Amino acid sequence: MSIEVTDLTKTYGTQKAVNNLSFTIDKSEIVGFLGPNGAGKSTTLKIATGYLSPSEGTVKINGLDIHSDILAIKKTIGYLPEHNPLYHDMYVHEFLRYSGKFYGLNGSRLKERISQVISMCQLTPEQNKKIGQLSKGYRQRVGLAQALLHDPEVLILDEPTTGLDPNQIVEVRELIKKVSKDKTVIFSTHIMQEVQAICDRAIIINKGTKVADHSIDDLLKLNTGQSLEVEFETAVEDGIFADFDVPHKIKKSSAVLLHFEFESNDEMRPVLMKFIAEKGLPLIGIKKKERSMEDVFNFLTKPEKDA
Amino acid sequence: MLNIFGKELAEYLSSLIAYIVIAVFLTTLGLLMWVFPETNVLDYGYADMSTLFTMGPFVLIFLIPAITMKSFADELKTGSFEILVVKPVSIFQIVGGKFLAAWVISVIAIIPTFTYYFSIANLASPRGNIDTAGITGSYVGLFILTAVFTAIGIFSSTLTKNQVVSFVIAAFLSFLLYSGLNSLANINVWSSLSPVLTYLSVETHYASLGRGVIDSRDIIYLLSLSGLILFLASLNLKRH
Repeated sequence: MSIEVTDLTKTYGTQKAVNNLSFTIDKSEIVGFLGPNGAGKSTTLKIATGYLSPSEGTVKINGLDIHSDILAIKKTIGYLPEHNPLYHDMYVHEFLRYSGKFYGLNGSRLKERISQVISMCQLTPEQNKKIGQLSKGYRQRVGLAQALLHDPEVLILDEPTTGLDPNQIVEVRELIKKVSKDKTVIFSTHIMQEVQAICDRAIIINKGTKVADHSIDDLLKLNTGQSLEVEFETAVEDGIFADFDVPHKIKKSSAVLLHFEFESNDEMRPVLMKFIAEKGLPLIGIKKKERSMEDVFNFLTKPEKDA
Repeated sequence: MLNIFGKELAEYLSSLIAYIVIAVFLTTLGLLMWVFPETNVLDYGYADMSTLFTMGPFVLIFLIPAITMKSFADELKTGSFEILVVKPVSIFQIVGGKFLAAWVISVIAIIPTFTYYFSIANLASPRGNIDTAGITGSYVGLFILTAVFTAIGIFSSTLTKNQVVSFVIAAFLSFLLYSGLNSLANINVWSSLSPVLTYLSVETHYASLGRGVIDSRDIIYLLSLSGLILFLASLNLKRH
């Protein structure tokens, strides 16, 4: 077990940011840590890195406990914090040298590691600038380079793609995929496609508690209902589907375009098609909307889930 | 700790802060020592450096907070404190490194005033008739005093994300510990407490060192005071 979170609780005043959270991550696994804003993702990661201390429970990294071996843990993790705070007045090399020395790297070994992470993170064209002069995408790479410098076994990335433009997001994702070979990675985000693109498994939390912990394939198979988009040639009357006897909801986008929402995952197109044929409605097409991770996410974290 | 010390020192020396502080300190004391009619050595007629050692602390009360105000306040504001804390170093090493760098800057500001000693020694009649022991003691006192002020500055910087607030708190606390306690001790209302207040006052121990008798109790008091303040700063940072 590379990361082991047990009964973790963090209380701010009366509010529980993390509530009795437990999960484990195996060695060399890439896990997406998902949840809406304010779900407690960052708090959990900050506890794992030793920045915050938990109110209750514990985190173990490679068998080391944060309560007793925090310095040893800090040596084995690389961390990219949310918003990626950096020293804007420092040069890229200067900053990486400074960071590396904390891990006992120096001399030629440090130099070698710095040039390795710079080429790994594709920082080469910008390596002689001050951090403050870099674009956000490049700053993110500096943050990542800093996290990778000491070749950590565990990589903790807190929203590494937030605030980047679409091209940069793709680049940073590729980068994470590339660098995370043979490393245990936990990666927080509120963007579902990201998890689909990079991770083996997703842990979803909401309001500080775990709501799902599945492999990506299993998550997509969750029974989240389905929606069909039905288009007609001419306008259809409102009440015409009243005697369609499968439980459904209809949303009308226009007079000719209807959205059917079904609660079950079973194939509904033949049933609907048959009903439409019986009524003799001028059907053009039925399109099934693919369930994305987005929908799974909404399904699992929407506030009125039980209602 | 050396790593943080080196980075902080380089940061001071590559920004304007260090140079401005050094220039302002030397200009102010140079004017007071040699130019301003009320305080200058030439008109006064005695070959001593008391102007430097009585006015110096008041100049430092304003200048040291200017050096230290940024050290933690800025890291807390930009969030870079987080990347520092997750490095395998203890909070005490972080505080220690930053303290040493800021202290070294104030020491660098003071060192050029050594030349005053030689100027005054040459002006004295007979030449060289100067209280070397008293001046040595005063310098030891001044260096330790800057350590106390720097510790206060570092502590104030951990209290807030706002550098100006940190500056004002540091200047106030330094003033309070330096001369405020002595002045409070003079108020009649708590006259029974006045020996305690006088003993706690930093000025008492500084003045005692300046008499040329380097008493280990004074040094221990001032150094442990700095240590205590830095310890409080570390505790305060652990809260974040």
